[in-house]
This record gives sequence, structure tokens and C-alpha cells, in this order.
Amino acid sequence: MNPPGSTALSALASAASAAPPLSAASGTERAAVLEAARLALARDLTLAFRRRSQLVQPLAFFAMVAVLFPLTISPELARLREAAPAAVWAGALLASLLALEFLFRDDAHDGTLEQYALSGQSLTWLMFAKTAAHWLLTGLPLALMAPLVAVSLGAPGASLPGIIASVAVGSVALSLIGSIGAALTLGIKRSGALLALLVLPLSLPVLIYGARATQLAISGGPLLAPLELLAAVAVLGITLAPLAAAAAVRISLE
Amino acid sequence: MPSEGLEVENLHLWRGERHVLRGVCFSLTGGECLQVTGPNGSGKTTLLRAVCGLLYPEEGRVLWGGRNVRSDLRAFQGSLAYLGHEPPLKADLSARENLRYWIGVRRRLNAAALDAALERVGAGAWCDRLVRTLSAGQRRRAALAGLALLMAPLWLLDEPTTNLDTEGQQLVGTLIAEQLARGGLVLAAVHHQLPAAVREPRQLELAA
Repeated sequence: MNPPGSTALSALASAASAAPPLSAASGTERAAVLEAARLALARDLTLAFRRRSQLVQPLAFFAMVAVLFPLTISPELARLREAAPAAVWAGALLASLLALEFLFRDDAHDGTLEQYALSGQSLTWLMFAKTAAHWLLTGLPLALMAPLVAVSLGAPGASLPGIIASVAVGSVALSLIGSIGAALTLGIKRSGALLALLVLPLSLPVLIYGARATQLAISGGPLLAPLELLAAVAVLGITLAPLAAAAAVRISLE
Repeated sequence: MPSEGLEVENLHLWRGERHVLRGVCFSLTGGECLQVTGPNGSGKTTLLRAVCGLLYPEEGRVLWGGRNVRSDLRAFQGSLAYLGHEPPLKADLSARENLRYWIGVRRRLNAAALDAALERVGAGAWCDRLVRTLSAGQRRRAALAGLALLMAPLWLLDEPTTNLDTEGQQLVGTLIAEQLARGGLVLAAVHHQLPAAVREPRQLELAA
């Protein structure tokens, strides 16, 4: 006669033999940090293309700002051309700010950030991957759209490569600075205004160098110096911003 | 595999004015399950989050394999699997895609193992549907597949049977029993008893 628990016990034993061993000690199974970052990037890109409206909104906003300038200043070409750097950069900055709210919010809400923090991988690298995805989805499209805006404001054709370059490099810095602000405001409901107050002052150097580079591109001057300064801000951002964002995310999870 | 042990010593944690964890102590070795019970608001979730290092306790420490987890938090977190109230799934990805990204960030994953895990939790028919179209129970099952795939020695489960039908609850029991049988540790916060497949879990009751 079998004791009552014996079937359960034998089921347990067979389960034990079938179950693969745990991977605690073996480092071979652990995904490499770059592979983890690649997956985090791929996940954000896949998600973004499933929700296209979120992608299009900042771009439409950028186009709207560009239309407002000729309507409000004057249709005179010389004056429009003067205002073009301001329009391009104020528009790009506000559009990237608009997209920033989505950077971490959904991930915080559905527990993805928690799992990232507990993944045993470097949260800094994962934050870098998320910010890179954010730039690919907003900064790069803004840079590609900047010529349209600039041309509508009377910028000459020869200036367009310079304008694309300045917005492309500048938006890298904007995404990175923004990632810190977005991570810091995670715990706060309706954080849009606070996010703007945090991020806009920090973005001023980018705005100044970027507008200067655009201005020089339009007037045909040498724009390498402001572009290099923009690149320097971007590099500083790449080295420091993911660290700060990771720390802020950890605090928000408490 | 040498089984690791978890020791929690005199954990005190405040949330604002509330003294939530008041000197929680326990130790757990390989193959053991600790069932944490207590009324709502007694700090079950707080305890799990403090153990996995998301919360900083004011006093006390957590030891894993005899070493303070704060000395190498990332390695410790790499050997635990935490499943909170809500399954950590993206509504706009399918269950399969969710697992591929979620688990892939932590460990190498091949398609066969993924399929097997999905089949195991009964997700074969709906694993390619977007999570937003799945029921709460189906999401929970997808999360259980992820839990099994993580292959972590330490499981921290917050109400693992929520939203599950009878069969699903038995599945939780079987998964926990398997985890214990291969020398893993399970710390589960529950309102009701764990399914019968988990034989005589140890008990820790938190007072309100």
C-alpha cells in the first residue's frame, strides 16, 4: 500500500530529473551586456512602430511651428531667413521635449523598468539603449525634417547639409539631457510642465550652438566650430547621462 | 549545483511615517519555500521588494550565500526572478515577443526553449496575439512562462495565483515544486494557501 504522498513525491522526482539545472553559477548562459542593450533597443523600436501616432506627433508639431513663423513675422524673405535658425531650433527642442514624456513612462507603468533594474545587467547600458532608440525615433526624423522647415523659411539649398548635421548632432545631446529629466520625473503624475522646467535650462547650450551653426550654414560661413561644440556636448551626454538616468530610475522604483 | 542560502536579518523599513517592516528575520536554504502571509498593508510586497534590493531598508541586511547582497547587488539580482502584482508585459507586443525581449535581456534563449515554456503554460494557441487582447489570467500565464525561463535560483513571487483558474493555480504549484526540487528557493507572498503541490511550505506571518 502506498503512503498518501508517494505519487506526488514521484511526480516531484521526475520533475526534478526533467528540469534543467539552474544557471546561477554558470556565467555562460548570461546574456552579454551589449546583447541585452541591443534587445532593449529592438524592443523600443518594435513598440514605436506599433504605435505610430506617438512617432508622428512631435514631427507634426515641428512642421506646425515652422508654419507659424512666416504667418506671425512677415512673408519677407530676408526677415524669414533671419528667423530661420530660431524657428528650426525652438521647434526641434520643443518637439523633442514632447516626445520625451513617452521615454520611460510606459516602461515604469508596466513593470519593464523594474525588470530592467533587476536583470543583473548594467542599468546604465539599458538606459543608453533606450535613449538611443529615442534618438532614432525622434532626433533623427527631426534632423531629416529640418531641411523642409528651413526651406519653407527661405534657407538656400546649399545650407541644408549643414542644417541637417547640426540638428542631428544637437538632438543627440537633447535626447540624452532629456533622458535625465524624464527619469527624474518618473514618480510624478502629469510631469509634463516640470519636465520642461528641468530640461529646457540644461538644453540652452545645445540651443545656442545649434542655432549658431544653422545661422552660419544659411549665411554660408564656416560652421565647424559650433558643430564641434555641439558634438562635445553630445559626447559629454553619452558618457554621463545614462549613468544619471539609471540612478534616477532606481530611485523612482523605491 | 551548490545551493545558495538566503538570510534576512532584522529588516526594518519605514515608508514615510509608517514602520512597515519591524525586524523581519528568516533564513531559507535550497529546496525550501517560504510563504509570507498577512493582512492587506502588512508589508508583504515591501518585504519582497526589500529583499530583491529595490527598496533600501533602514536597518538589517540580506545575505545571499553568506554575503551581504549590497556588496554585489547586480550579481544577486541576476540570480533572482521577481514577479510583482502586474505581469511585466508590453500591451503592444505578443506574448512570445514579450518573453523574447524580457528573458533575452538576461540570458541566452533559444526558440525551442521559448516554445516549450509557452506550451507548458497553455499559451500555445494565443502566444502570438498582442498582450492587450489577452485576459488577465492569460497574461499571468505568460508571466509564469517567463519565470520558468529565467532559470533563477531564487524566486520572489507576489500573489502568483492572482487571476488564475484552478488549472492555472495548479500550474503555479507545479512550477514551484519543480523549482524546489532542483534546489531553488521560493519566497511567495500570498493571501490564500499556495497550491497543494507545494508540500508544507514554511510560514512567515506579518502583522498589520
